[in-house]
Amino acid sequence: MKLEGKVWSFGDNIDTDAIIAARYLSTSDPVKLAEHLMEDIRPDFPGLVEKGDILIGGQNFGCGSSREHAPLAIKGAGVSCVIARSFARIFYRNAINIGLPILECSDDLSHLQPGQDRLQVDFEEGIITHLETGDIYKAAPFPPFMQEIINLGGLVGYVKNRIKG
Amino acid sequence: MNNGGSTMVEKILAANSGKSKVNPGELINARVDLALGNDITAPVAIKEFERFGLDEVFDRDKIVLVPDHFTPNKDIASAEQARDVRDFAKKYNIKHYYEIGRMGVEHALLPEQGLIHPGMIIIGADSHTCTYGALGAFSTGVGSTDLAAAIAIGEAWFKVPATIRFEYSGTIPPFVSGKDLILYTIGQIGVEGARYRAMEFTGEAIDKLSMDGRLTMANMAVEAGGKCGYVQPDQTTFQYLDGRVKNDYTSVYSDEDAYYEKVYQFDVSSLEPQIAFPPSPDNVYPVSAAAGTTIDQVVIGSCTNGRIEDLRAAASVIKGKKVHPGVRLLVIPATQLIYRQALEEGVLAAFIDAEAAVSTPTCGPCLGGHMGILARGEKALATTNRNFVGRMGHPESEVYLCGPAVAAASAVAGEIVHPEEVK
Ligand code: SF4
Repeated sequence: MKLEGKVWSFGDNIDTDAIIAARYLSTSDPVKLAEHLMEDIRPDFPGLVEKGDILIGGQNFGCGSSREHAPLAIKGAGVSCVIARSFARIFYRNAINIGLPILECSDDLSHLQPGQDRLQVDFEEGIITHLETGDIYKAAPFPPFMQEIINLGGLVGYVKNRIKG
Repeated sequence: MNNGGSTMVEKILAANSGKSKVNPGELINARVDLALGNDITAPVAIKEFERFGLDEVFDRDKIVLVPDHFTPNKDIASAEQARDVRDFAKKYNIKHYYEIGRMGVEHALLPEQGLIHPGMIIIGADSHTCTYGALGAFSTGVGSTDLAAAIAIGEAWFKVPATIRFEYSGTIPPFVSGKDLILYTIGQIGVEGARYRAMEFTGEAIDKLSMDGRLTMANMAVEAGGKCGYVQPDQTTFQYLDGRVKNDYTSVYSDEDAYYEKVYQFDVSSLEPQIAFPPSPDNVYPVSAAAGTTIDQVVIGSCTNGRIEDLRAAASVIKGKKVHPGVRLLVIPATQLIYRQALEEGVLAAFIDAEAAVSTPTCGPCLGGHMGILARGEKALATTNRNFVGRMGHPESEVYLCGPAVAAASAVAGEIVHPEEVK
């Protein structure tokens, strides 16, 4: 699986409250949640993010509560994948389970220009390429098992497949 | 990669995924022995489960549903969530559904009811599911979709965690408990210090630590970012399990040559009781550093410190004294059985005589749900596990975390004190 998109960067320890504030949790509709994505730390973000964009985070992205609404809001905004130095554990699970690809990359991506720089992400190889400069960043390759879950639209699709088989 | 021995957690994960050995970082599908949900997370999982179009759950004996967070129902919305869980339990004939009056805070309840034994894999849609590692099991918190999948097929995927070993030497001083050991540890390594990792608690101080103290330590592994925390089974474990667990089980132990990513050594001989200052569980200092901090409310309870030993420790400090006029003391036994035991031992009488409010089991104030919400500017001292901004009420209220003896002593003093000071 390969993806291309322009980037938006966020810092370290972006918590699930920053991704989607608790006051919006009365719905689990991804599109409605996306209207408030990152609103408390970047109020104009819901108006800027476009389908196919890539989110970049620092350390411990998605820390805090176990709410699945956080990856749902990101997916609802059309974000194609999230790349971070590290993810909080339950966010990592939840993202995979709802079919949102995420990648851990220890290279520093903080110099990338938000809303401008475009990356290509190769999940099988774990290679991230800057589409203008050709710079290459290494990430942990995406295991086939996770690939399968993502391809089936998340854990619900995966389980349905298992039940049928 | 490591070709040597395996840790307890690696062995449990290997055995449940049909492999002879697993290594940290490996992704596996494993059978789960128990899947847990509560009144907040189960309704979401139930909705997901229904999308599978199945007529039955994978095993009605291996699902546990505990309405403990907003119960007894605090409002209409919570009543409807609890009803959805109740209806599901009825429809699928779920054996371990615990109704109000028979229930308790989930992580205190499951071990007490004999549902946990060494070698099991337990997942729960609640981050403190890591508690059961104290009994030599692998258990961890997951999301609601994970729970839905486990209810359907009895499996979950895991990334095998690397293990960090924590060795505690020395003799535990008076008034110091499992809570102080784990707070101290989190203070040393930080809230990310064990992210994705298994935390193995070991050493002579752990050997002598009670089961309740071990449960408290494993409970807070998640506050260090851990996937699970565990103590390998020993005589204390077997004594606790004796008469509770009916299944046969096999205890699992880490090999001598197991690979540990890191080893920490702590001597606890001169450890003071610990306090986590707001707003993070790793903001930890000895109690002397908090001396004189006035408090409005004290909470003794939760899945961290609502067990009988905790109530006894608090009652022995408070017996014959009165709660300070400026303080509200809330005592919440974690389960019905603990409530009953505390009643029979005179522990509840000690609290009531001291003018504390004693409640039926519930999570209540621990998550800022109900039964003791803080107003703007108020400060609470609690035996719970999280002190994030707004955790117990208003965003401008504050929570300090401690063990039961300090909580009781401070309720009497009206400010945070060492228990020795309220003799
Ligand atoms: S007592 Fe607190 S931490 Fe424990 S399960 Fe309830 S809300 Fe969560």
